[in-house]
Amino acid sequence: MADVTFTVDGKKLTAPAGTLLIDACKAAGIEIPAFCYYPKLSVQAACRMCVVRIEKMPKLQTACTTPVTEGMVVATETDEVKQARKATIELLLGNHPLDCPVCDAGGECELQDMTFKYGAAESKYVEIKQHREEQQWSPVVYFDRPRCILCYRCVTVCGPGMDVWALAIENRGVHAVIAPNEQDHLNCEECGMCIDLCPVGALTSGTYRYKTRPWEMNHVATVCTHCGDGCKTTLGVRSVNDGVEIIRGDNRDKSGMNGDFLCNKGRYAFDFANRTDRLTKPLIRQPDGKFAEVNWDHALDFAGKKLHEIREAKGGQSIGVIGSNRTTNEEAYLLQKFARTVLGTNNIDHHRTADYVSFAAALKGKAAHTASLRDTATAPAILLLGNNPTDQHPALAWNLRSNVRLNRARIYIANHSEIKLRRQAKAFLEIPQDGYASLVQYLAGNDGAIAANDSTAAFRDAIRKEESLVIVFGSEYRGRDIQALVDFGLSLPNTKFAALGDYANSRGAADMGLLPDLLPGYVPVGDAAHFTEEYGAAMPPTAGLDLLQMFDAAQRGDLSALYIVGSNPVSRYGVDPASLKNTFLVVQDMFMTETAALADVIFPAANLYEKSGTVTNTFGDIQLAKKAADKAGVRTDFELIVRLADRMGSDPKRLVPFGRGVYADMGQSRGAQSGEADRHAVWLAANHLEPKLSPFDPFATLDEIQRLVPSYNVSRLELLAGMDQQEKLDLVQIQPTASRRDLVLPAEDTLFTSGTLGRYSDMLKAIVESRTTPNPAETAAD
Amino acid sequence: MPRLVSHPDEVKIISRRFGQGAADIDKYIALDGYKAVQTAIAKGTDWIITEMKASGLRGRGGAGFPTGMKWSFVPKQSERPKYVLVNGDESEPATCKDHVIFLHDPHAVIEGTMIAGLAIGSKMGFIYLRGEYRYLLKIMEKAVADAYAKGFLGKNIFGSGIDFDIVTQTGAGAYEVGEESALMESLEGKRGVPRIKPPFPAVVGLYGGPTVINNAETIASVPHILLMGGDAYAKVGSERNGGTRLFGISGHVVNPGVYELPMGYNLKKAIYEVGGGVTNGRKLKAVVPGGSSTPVLTADEIDVGLDFDQMGKAGTMLGSGGIVVIDDQTCMVEFALRTIKFYQHESCGWCIPCREGTDWLNKTISRVHAGGGVEKDLDNIRYLAENMLGRTFCPLGDAAAMPTIGFIKKFRHEFEDHLNGKPCPYAHTEEPALV
Repeated sequence: MADVTFTVDGKKLTAPAGTLLIDACKAAGIEIPAFCYYPKLSVQAACRMCVVRIEKMPKLQTACTTPVTEGMVVATETDEVKQARKATIELLLGNHPLDCPVCDAGGECELQDMTFKYGAAESKYVEIKQHREEQQWSPVVYFDRPRCILCYRCVTVCGPGMDVWALAIENRGVHAVIAPNEQDHLNCEECGMCIDLCPVGALTSGTYRYKTRPWEMNHVATVCTHCGDGCKTTLGVRSVNDGVEIIRGDNRDKSGMNGDFLCNKGRYAFDFANRTDRLTKPLIRQPDGKFAEVNWDHALDFAGKKLHEIREAKGGQSIGVIGSNRTTNEEAYLLQKFARTVLGTNNIDHHRTADYVSFAAALKGKAAHTASLRDTATAPAILLLGNNPTDQHPALAWNLRSNVRLNRARIYIANHSEIKLRRQAKAFLEIPQDGYASLVQYLAGNDGAIAANDSTAAFRDAIRKEESLVIVFGSEYRGRDIQALVDFGLSLPNTKFAALGDYANSRGAADMGLLPDLLPGYVPVGDAAHFTEEYGAAMPPTAGLDLLQMFDAAQRGDLSALYIVGSNPVSRYGVDPASLKNTFLVVQDMFMTETAALADVIFPAANLYEKSGTVTNTFGDIQLAKKAADKAGVRTDFELIVRLADRMGSDPKRLVPFGRGVYADMGQSRGAQSGEADRHAVWLAANHLEPKLSPFDPFATLDEIQRLVPSYNVSRLELLAGMDQQEKLDLVQIQPTASRRDLVLPAEDTLFTSGTLGRYSDMLKAIVESRTTPNPAETAAD
Repeated sequence: MPRLVSHPDEVKIISRRFGQGAADIDKYIALDGYKAVQTAIAKGTDWIITEMKASGLRGRGGAGFPTGMKWSFVPKQSERPKYVLVNGDESEPATCKDHVIFLHDPHAVIEGTMIAGLAIGSKMGFIYLRGEYRYLLKIMEKAVADAYAKGFLGKNIFGSGIDFDIVTQTGAGAYEVGEESALMESLEGKRGVPRIKPPFPAVVGLYGGPTVINNAETIASVPHILLMGGDAYAKVGSERNGGTRLFGISGHVVNPGVYELPMGYNLKKAIYEVGGGVTNGRKLKAVVPGGSSTPVLTADEIDVGLDFDQMGKAGTMLGSGGIVVIDDQTCMVEFALRTIKFYQHESCGWCIPCREGTDWLNKTISRVHAGGGVEKDLDNIRYLAENMLGRTFCPLGDAAAMPTIGFIKKFRHEFEDHLNGKPCPYAHTEEPALV
């Protein structure tokens, strides 16, 4: 819309006609207070805090409902306006319990802030307050009714925002109260958005309530470890006697790709980190078959020596490595470098949840055709094939819903079940479970590929008419089907793609070359020259064993050692424990998983919340995870890999390019004095970066990744600032998918599970259990 | 059935069929019924709006917006269907005018709805009665059924090629849905909470279609206006206040009832001549002139004409035409309490000033009346009411604040008589009858 010019508090402002005054003011740095208004979500005009004086209007007007018009003259902080706001706060405080000293929201409460600002300090109210008992609505949602100021943000976010509609208003007048959908408890997605948006301490979190005061925590914005969306989550942490404990997860940092959204896992399922049954001491299996706690030196020596022996005796091809979907890019990269240059093997793989390899191959040579998670919130049209984002990619589901609600985006969905997002879809096509490939053929013009009818024809016609389309597909598409889908998509005028996989860094694991046939950036192992030159070490020239082949080899007795980092393949792939009895098994994990239980050596590892590094979500958005928590006794996978290499007699400097030049010339690059090209130092200088001084600094490895994997060459400044950046997937070397084995095994997680990790979240389990055995008498606090 | 009253000063236009059995469709037809709508069909939309504008008819719900102008705001072209919505959610205490219309002349409401439909190009009308008027719904439903049976409603009305349907509906007992957008929400089956404006109903109303919402009395006046001509109707009333109005005179008055008086009729005459004066020969203390939300007038402020403008000048409002006569033995604190209790009970709770303000006022005035007040409470009552005024989401907050401010301003001495533990000096008086 055309811009209009108007005056606020004497300042001339310009904004598109139709912009709400409250938003236009905010953009210009003029804050208008509001309880019930929430940007892009709720316009309710209920709290009356945003009243302003507009010339030629008889009464004060609400800025949240008034669109700006040409020549409008507004005053936002006159005595009259201040008095109106003060009076409104006085009215609110009349029935408010004022239990701020014990309230969870104390210190981060909008009602407190407004009271402070408008000085409603005098207690005019001498009547008996309305009191209602507190209620527990679910394991994670509590409602302290007297604190509620009835701003209805919770109702709006639950309804139009989440499409859950579990909250509503009951009764009227002063008896009006927010009520859950099952009378005294909630039956919902437990996203906790209601808690997040609550401006006061009425809705509180089951994991956090009464544990601390907000100012006693540090708040660290990092990346959620659960699904593949990569939401930014802010962890509230506090020092305890054995480290730094996570007390709260929330979404106070709205700068992430998830915008206002955070699901239940990001919000509550950090509690695995605080569990008392975490492994905190290295364990070595004794001759009697039992584990004994040993010190780090001993454990590292033992494992390093043993791996060294096996490598020397039987060669690298007798060793296997399985990486993780939840470690950082630097750790995944380091692990493959360790496998290939130290262990001397290409037997490396990870639990694949989507066929990123085929996706990368299909997009070979075609840059700028991948969609970021942010794109799904703004794209005018989206084709969603397979997957159920409401369960498996909640942030994507939020983006799609918001995009429909705010931008009237057109969502086309084809799925074998009636997924919930069909309610936002412009068209929904139910197809057979094995019909995804034929659907693409049909879309591409093969009329006989499916049982076509009027609605399938309309579906196809509508998609083909879209001038700009984002195609999001689930792990239903693999191998050649992805190629066909990409080919079809590229026949349309302007298409971007996204492949949906699970877990925080599945995409990163694939990108970083946790694959038997591909190096970081999907470079074939036969094309390793660039890497060997950089690494200064030879790498095995042919593809290694994939994950299943490694276990087969173990069964045959051909795998002498297996190094598993942050993965539980024994459970996930149903591996026969007996098959590993002759394999020296080293496991790094947080818990005694089914896989760890079979190990000869276990290293207690830190999780994603206890380390820094980058992760890449399933859309290829790269973000920086920041260390928030700490646990005495555990080490990061990064450190463990380096230490293991060290104990195997390998030079850590070859593995991690730290401090190059420091050793030789105390700060100057080696190349500067010797004339020898120090690629790393030159690159560092060109990018205004400092040499790293520790072999455990993952940023040294990130430097190397950014040099060797062109798609990861994003702005370091933006990364450090906490911004997400789309990977520049522009491949030249990868070979088209000819006969790759399909090793994809999607996690099939629900909203309340998260692979092996989810089993260690008491809160997730409590939610699931509260569903299967509903007992209202126990769930309600009153 | 309430008794019908009569007085020589009445000008019977809208009430001319009262008491004559006009709920029967044949009787209604015999009394010139359904003539106006046929004339309207013959003369067309522009003529209807011209006549309505000429009549000077202003909305009888209380706000007094000129009806002809309201109709002219509805866009001629609309993708969505247009609707006529009759607001019969008559819930303001002391107001009982729509009630007698539904009772005695239901077909006038139907005919008025049809004419409004013709005027804006709508094919569908809704007649919404307050929940407590369920017993009147039967009368309305029979009238609508009879009109269908005669072929007056439905397809091709009066051979015009125009279709028009009417649906009746009752509320669930909320004063709040008398507010037009809350009424639409209620009619759509939702919680009775007002909508954000703009958009106004004339543009986006019921089910998203352009909608004209008129008070039942306004609608029932329409056929009469077309029959007698807009100019003739306007001449009956005072300047810029065309026609007559049904005034419900109640309280401490000798002849309570609903009277049709020309707009601008003197309030004092209405009480002393039409109403027959204060009961039991007592003296007049105060008058609430237009339903419980209008600020009170003291006995010496009532020499004023009953129209929108003159009442505004007198510092009050014409409101819904419900005149409550209060004698000198009435406790004004108790009266204020009764009033605020109503609004506290009826506040929908959507916005803070009304939800919290009405409750706070109710609690404080209750305490003051019971003798537990101190001087500061009186300032606080006024402060609260003044800070509700003009700040709420819909006019309900104003409706609670305005009379409260009036009571505390004009009868502060009576509030003071209750302070510091004193018993109510007016105990044992009869409660003011509101109807």
